[in-house]
Amino acid sequence: MKTIQNLKNIKTTFVKKETTKSTKRFPAQLPAQLTALFFILLLAFSGAGCLGQDADDKTLVLSGSTSVLPLAQSLSESYMKNDTEALISVKGGGSGTGIAELIDSSNDIAMSSRKIKDTEASNAESKGIKPIEYEIAKDGIAVIVNPANPVNNLTLEQIQKIYSGEIKNWKEVGGEDAQIAVIARDSASGTQEFFTEAVMGDVSYRSDLITQSATGAVTQEVSRNTKAIGFIGAAYQGNSIKTVGIKIGETTVMPTEENILSETYPLSRGLYFYADQDVKQIADDFITFVLSPEGQKIVRETGYAPVKNT
Amino acid sequence: MTNRQIRDFKEKSMKSLFFIGGVGTIFVLILICLFLFTETLNFFKTYDFIEFVTGFEWKPGTNPAQYGLLPLLAGTLIVTGGAIILAVPIGILSAIYIAESSGPKTAEILKSSVEFLAGIPSVVLGFFGLIILVPAIQSAFDLTTGQTALTGSVILAIMALPTIISISEDAISAVPAPLKQGSFALGANRWQTIYKVIIPAAFSGISAAIILGIGRAVGETMAVMMVTGNMAIIPGSELFLSSVRTITATIALEMGETAKGTEHYYALFAVGAVLFILTLGINLVADAVKKKQRAGV
Repeated sequence: MKTIQNLKNIKTTFVKKETTKSTKRFPAQLPAQLTALFFILLLAFSGAGCLGQDADDKTLVLSGSTSVLPLAQSLSESYMKNDTEALISVKGGGSGTGIAELIDSSNDIAMSSRKIKDTEASNAESKGIKPIEYEIAKDGIAVIVNPANPVNNLTLEQIQKIYSGEIKNWKEVGGEDAQIAVIARDSASGTQEFFTEAVMGDVSYRSDLITQSATGAVTQEVSRNTKAIGFIGAAYQGNSIKTVGIKIGETTVMPTEENILSETYPLSRGLYFYADQDVKQIADDFITFVLSPEGQKIVRETGYAPVKNT
Repeated sequence: MTNRQIRDFKEKSMKSLFFIGGVGTIFVLILICLFLFTETLNFFKTYDFIEFVTGFEWKPGTNPAQYGLLPLLAGTLIVTGGAIILAVPIGILSAIYIAESSGPKTAEILKSSVEFLAGIPSVVLGFFGLIILVPAIQSAFDLTTGQTALTGSVILAIMALPTIISISEDAISAVPAPLKQGSFALGANRWQTIYKVIIPAAFSGISAAIILGIGRAVGETMAVMMVTGNMAIIPGSELFLSSVRTITATIALEMGETAKGTEHYYALFAVGAVLFILTLGINLVADAVKKKQRAGV
């Protein structure tokens, strides 16, 4: 608020000086300072422009799914160790955002945890972009609860009923007598989209759905709230939360690497990169690296299932 | 060129530089308004205006999609309302303390702390809310989730406090000394002077402070989105203990996946326009109140 006061002071001094018709309206140094500032800004901007041109061939921008984010980060770190000139920036935003940015040409590679939609593909085509799909890893969606929750497994139908609002209390699925706090992701999330497709189908969500804008926020709430249920990418499983197995008949299937690869685990999905057909050289090199045995080894180390044998 | 001419030239060029600065702001404002309202009009080409304003359901995912404004408006109003209830008493009391009761050293420390509070990024406050406040509120009220309107209100109150404190403190300090001296001379004690003379004299300034504080709260996105649970429902009897979704959070949550030119995309602009009108109204009221204050003193 100091700034507001300063502004007020400046205003009043200007007014005063105008009324006295002083010839010295500015302190003598001020124009010089302003000119200097102007040139500094000019230099800064032109400098940025030059940098962009020189380094353009070596910069690569990835954006999209927060489920792919940790994987893309460790992949880009290893890639940059090999190719020291490369400058790869990776950011989240959700699968939908990543693909939208690919269509707008504001990234080089879109990370997505779902396949591209027909509407998005035709939208891209109208902008002259032809997205090519690369499956880089497999991932499962883990349904998670608080570690203090006694429930260890749920059928897909029970999960659907919890999310549609038909089941409201934990005791209906073998837990304690407590209301269920149901947590989902925002609609830009690929995890959310895949969950909708694989679990909900045509059934609509309950209206009192707690919506979180990131995987981290879901994990955070579930780790602290004993009544909560949520879903996250299998790579985000940890000790602060408990993964619930999916009951199929008499057996319970956990989202382990083996089960995700064999697709025994029902909530398995592919993770994708989308890039334009005429992608620049570095993007092409990066994708080749990701699909190489070395890259797929990193996929496994980060907690995802590799698509190719390593 | 003589020295005088050089000086005049500098003078004129500087003047036009400042002019461009001032007019530039208005130009940007006009462009944003045009953009916002044309996109909003596009929405009402395909969606009924009455249905939008009176709709109880915000469900962009269903078929046909429902874009009812009321749950989002209710969310924004309830979170902001809670923030005002919390921030106004604390803000005014501390402004009076800084301006009237504290010694110069305490006042200096308090003022800089308030400024420091204003400098905390909203995402940091949101994170604080998510980690500390959400579990605390859940266990305090024995709720299903601690992500409630109340949690959002507490965070917003913290964010609105610096505005309320510094502007009210300005207004209180600006009360002319003779008024106070007169009051003391008539035998009034300190509390009576504050209550009967200073607060009425600074009333419009304090009101302006409150309104500007509200304006700050209405438009806040990040922190609120992190702690209110984002349920697009109209809160029932639980009121402040229910999860809500504000207008700003809706735009931030859904902007990412909407394809340009779809009805959903335009719907987000329509709720954005509602927010714009809301904050514009608040600022106009604040302006009117401030003008009244200037005329009064």
